Amino acid sequence: MAFISIFDVLGPNMVGPSSSHTAGACSIALLAHKILDEPAREVNFTLYGSFAQTYKGHGTDRALLAGIMGCDTDDTRIPHAYEMAKAQDLKWQFLCDETETELHPNTVDIHLTGISGKIIDLRGESIGGGKIRIVRINGIEVDFSGEDNTLIVVHRDRVGMAAHITSCLSQRNVNIAYMKLFRENKGDRAYSILEFDNDVPEDIKDKILEKEDVERVVLIRVREGRHD
Amino acid sequence: MIDFKNGTELLRLCQEKHLPISEIMKARECDLAETTEREVITKMKKVLEIMKSSAKTPIAQPRPSMGGLIGGEAQLVSQHLLAGKSLCGSLLSRAISYALAVLESNSSMGLIVAAPTAGSSGVVPGVLLSLQEEYGLSDDALLPALFNASAVGYLAMRNATVAGAVGGCQAEVGVASAMAASAAVELMGGSPTQCLDSASTALMNLLGLICDPVGGLVECPCQLRNTVGAANALTAAELALSGVRQLIPFDEMLDTMHSVGRRMAPEFRETARGGCATTPSGCAACLTGCSTGKNLYQI
Repeated sequence: MAFISIFDVLGPNMVGPSSSHTAGACSIALLAHKILDEPAREVNFTLYGSFAQTYKGHGTDRALLAGIMGCDTDDTRIPHAYEMAKAQDLKWQFLCDETETELHPNTVDIHLTGISGKIIDLRGESIGGGKIRIVRINGIEVDFSGEDNTLIVVHRDRVGMAAHITSCLSQRNVNIAYMKLFRENKGDRAYSILEFDNDVPEDIKDKILEKEDVERVVLIRVREGRHD
Repeated sequence: MIDFKNGTELLRLCQEKHLPISEIMKARECDLAETTEREVITKMKKVLEIMKSSAKTPIAQPRPSMGGLIGGEAQLVSQHLLAGKSLCGSLLSRAISYALAVLESNSSMGLIVAAPTAGSSGVVPGVLLSLQEEYGLSDDALLPALFNASAVGYLAMRNATVAGAVGGCQAEVGVASAMAASAAVELMGGSPTQCLDSASTALMNLLGLICDPVGGLVECPCQLRNTVGAANALTAAELALSGVRQLIPFDEMLDTMHSVGRRMAPEFRETARGGCATTPSGCAACLTGCSTGKNLYQI
């Protein structure tokens, strides 16, 4: 069973009104922002299920847009997301798809274009109490929460790739909590997603990138090392 | 390593170590989250600061909610008390007005602390901040009460549920009320057993409460239910502190709340398809969502 902290009970500290429809939505978009790793130029959101039905009264739209601009769930600028986006020259679009019923009721697709033209397609689910899951990136089914420090390695599906990643990490004395591999087809593009309960040094990215067939490395840091 | 899985183990730890619930919960956090007491206290001070601001701002400056169903209620109750007309007396009146205020902050996109959820975030601050004012307590004196409340909420999250979609409002406002009752008992000098007795009473008295938000919004009846959660917590704490025992232990009450929740019809679990949400007036007040495939914000 996952550890339940005092601040999971008295928390999250969040801009209301709904942990799933506001805070969760913001967290999904914030992860998209971190994965894009550069300011966004344009963003399209497609809302499904309950998100599509009740998004306005819950400020889901503002929370999503604010997350794309790097706001966390307790950022009091969330209500002013539209003004912020205009000021940053970020273009946005919201679409609702109420015909799709197979998905989790609080699902959003985010199509994000960065200032350099980099594109990220991501699907997130807000699963309750502000908790989220990312279930698809650029067409590949994945599964991670971004709650812990997370490393996403985009690479070709080749022999020795997992060994390369884990040896880079072990050289820097980083312990892996979870590691999952997702791929399109054998030999095609693959995603290795690793989660850690300790801090991960930033320069690990360059180390992993040294190997041929590694396309991109994204490090999402949510917690610093222990400070006693 | 200090940890406990249920109320019985928590009470045993309190007895063995001669410590209140708050201290056991704090020690557990330090051990399991690999953090320090200083860091935990700093974070809890931040929680209290947000709770205070979300409970007091709307009394001075009311704001309409996003869905347009609420706004200004906390100020009205506060003015009623100031005019010397309060029916319930200052403690309960303040608890009610703070509980209303936090939900007003929440529904107008203000900053709140989910406790344990956003929809039930007014109960714990309502009870603790009214006690603080009534008894002239410092902020630091409230911290143990918050640690105590988090122990009760943790047990509910671990062994039952705090999601309205799973267990109805009894799991949200019911659990918040149990947290607040137990916290109030420790704050006023009660024993760990009295704390969990009051938590059990609070949960017992809201057993079966459905989740039926008008328009699917966290506004009505959520805001009013928070006032009853606060009043219920103060009642349960008063009972325990007076020495009234509770027949059913907290662990059993959580189990039964969970099982009642699972047997609740889906209409009554945050789907806005039953209860207040489907009354004629509730439906009329409903905001309609966006229609299929409609492009709302063309670039």
